[in-house]
Amino acid sequence: MSEIALVNSPNVGLDKTKKGGPYVNDLSTLNLGPTHPATHGIFQNILTMDGETIVDAEQTVGYIHRAFEKIAERRPFYQITTLTDRMNYCSSPINNMGWHLTVEKLLGIEVPKRAQYIRVIMMELARLADHIVCNSILAVDTGALTGFLYVYQWREHIYEIYEELCGARLTTNMGRFGGMERDLSKVAIEKIHVLLQGLPKGLKEFEGMVMRNRIFMDRTQNVGAISAERALNYGFTGPNLRAAGVDYDVRSLNPYSSYEDFEFDVPVGTKGDTYDRFLVREEEMWQSLRIIQQAMDNLPEGPYHADAPHYYLPPKQEVYKNMEALIYHFKIVMGEIDAPVGEVYQSVEGGNGELGFYLVSDGGRTPYRLKFRRPGFIYYQAFPEMIKGSSLSDAIVTMSSMNVIAGELDT
Amino acid sequence: MVESPPGIEGQGFFATSLDSLVGLARANSLWPLPFATSCCGIEFMSTMASHYDIGRFGAERLSFSARQADVLMVMGTIAKKMAPVVKQVYLQMAEPRWVLSVGACACSGGIFDTYSVLQGIDRIIPVDVYVPGCPPRPEQILDGFMQIQELAKKESTRRRNMPEYKALLASYGIE
Amino acid sequence: MENLNNQQIIEALQKTFGDESIYGIGESHGILQVTTHVDLIVPILHFLYADPVLKFQFLTDLAGIHFPEAKGQELGVVYHLHSLENNVRLWIKAYSPIEAPNFPTITGLYASANWMEREAFDFYGIIFEGHPNLIRILNVDDMDYHPMRKEYPLEDATRHDKIDEMFGR
Repeated sequence: MSEIALVNSPNVGLDKTKKGGPYVNDLSTLNLGPTHPATHGIFQNILTMDGETIVDAEQTVGYIHRAFEKIAERRPFYQITTLTDRMNYCSSPINNMGWHLTVEKLLGIEVPKRAQYIRVIMMELARLADHIVCNSILAVDTGALTGFLYVYQWREHIYEIYEELCGARLTTNMGRFGGMERDLSKVAIEKIHVLLQGLPKGLKEFEGMVMRNRIFMDRTQNVGAISAERALNYGFTGPNLRAAGVDYDVRSLNPYSSYEDFEFDVPVGTKGDTYDRFLVREEEMWQSLRIIQQAMDNLPEGPYHADAPHYYLPPKQEVYKNMEALIYHFKIVMGEIDAPVGEVYQSVEGGNGELGFYLVSDGGRTPYRLKFRRPGFIYYQAFPEMIKGSSLSDAIVTMSSMNVIAGELDT
Repeated sequence: MVESPPGIEGQGFFATSLDSLVGLARANSLWPLPFATSCCGIEFMSTMASHYDIGRFGAERLSFSARQADVLMVMGTIAKKMAPVVKQVYLQMAEPRWVLSVGACACSGGIFDTYSVLQGIDRIIPVDVYVPGCPPRPEQILDGFMQIQELAKKESTRRRNMPEYKALLASYGIE
Repeated sequence: MENLNNQQIIEALQKTFGDESIYGIGESHGILQVTTHVDLIVPILHFLYADPVLKFQFLTDLAGIHFPEAKGQELGVVYHLHSLENNVRLWIKAYSPIEAPNFPTITGLYASANWMEREAFDFYGIIFEGHPNLIRILNVDDMDYHPMRKEYPLEDATRHDKIDEMFGR
């Protein structure tokens, strides 16, 4: 009876005498497709799996390619700031400030101290915002939704501080060439003080829920590990590299915008696994709070922008009365200011690593070539190597801990 | 609490038309499919968090499976590489379905008038409500969601059989 | 580690590879830039990696660039190297003609060059010989031109609703 049934079934020809059963050593393909609840951003990974273990992964990126580098060849310099907002959109002030530093290096503008300190405060707030998202979403991916809801309120508070300074929550377009567009208002200073008092308590609450949690530790320890040599060879920078054991931080190696005035530690992990990345980001948040506290305590008096009439818009009252101010205003807004010929590379420590801008200028009003060195694009290549031999849930947790942001990856 | 539709009330009973009752139930239990690609997705995360809670509007349960979702919320830039995926997800959704296009990039291509960005998802799928902004504030996303709720409440329960709807889908090449 | 200055790097390179192979020497805001021939890229990068003093063991970036006016040298690649221990950066540039944009691959030395070279191929059409998987990475797979070259426009040529005269193009 069973023989007749087998003849018409599609499973005829299976080797039933194979040790372990007829399906052993058959690799299956799983499409962790572009739309997936747990991948942050749209990437496709076609996983080749041996049962539950991942054997290989084939990646496809570019699902949100917006051709930033081509757009940048068309826009005057100040209009490119709006493009940089949308790269790493969890921490857009850092991208903005990095671009401003690049152009200021090319144009030779000296930024006053007060503006540099305000920039440092904004960059550290952005780093806090980025790490809050990464760590709380890592916890969500392991199932802990409460931590995300609790600590996200502080992210709303950071958005309110951005709104005081530049008017927008997420695509901030903060700062101008030569400094900031407005000074820290009393409301902004008040809100920063509230943050400095309240966020430590919020972070301690989040850590108490997640950091020594048995389930979280079991899910994240020894998962997605990478050694320091492989990480350096793959071009890792930022918290991912520091978790592997290399203390490369652009803020301490090539300080920019008065970072040398501040005292902060660079946390370094040991094994390079997911738990280490989580801990490094958590500790970086504490160090960011320390930097903001020092900046607020020692905020110098002075102008909040440089005296560079060719590149910084004059105040509106002057424009209505003064001929020169009117001409400068017209030339700057119409983008008729020519830049000097030259090439410059400036990097800042973004939320994910070394965010670099390679600007080639041929003397025109737009860049000749602008290349963004995006950390996410470079370290995401290592993902197949990091998940080989692990299970699917480990792969999800690894990707989440690496903080790949699609906007940055695909420019 | 939602308002009750017009009807006849008495001691222990309430009579109204079936359409308005079904509309009430549909509008207040929409399950969204958050198709978040870029920056607008982060504003959606803010909308989902406790400060601007979208759970109050009945959208507590996000469905990432297209079959179980009612509203396709497309948030973020859709590149031409991603366009077939959006269309496939829309086709997989079961009737009744609505589409909410959040953000300037999804509505019209946004600031990216380039060779690689689709200039608005209404080139490939029919859209019900557009929420402009770059990115829109969570309050604006909630306003767009409330307009979808109005549509769900007022539309006929057999919208899928109406000739205008069929003509609309045919213009996009959808059966 | 005593400070490594740019003069030492130039001398070390010229001693090993000869003066005529290392040309176009300049300094841009402190970063040394050096132009060389396409065939010497791999030996130079290996030398910089293995040298016990120079130690350029981190590839920061790999940028393609297109100069349509420089006949015979239109497409170029700029390698951004960083010596983490000496805290010194270096740019190595090489150019090739547009009819035969063949560069050697450095994926054997730096694993991070894999996607960077694919991106340069996708945008400029620079062919990296020996690359394990040289296909498009960011654009759609069936695109038949290399969009970052200067002759191609930014906008999609097939769009019909945006009137160019009104948008000032």
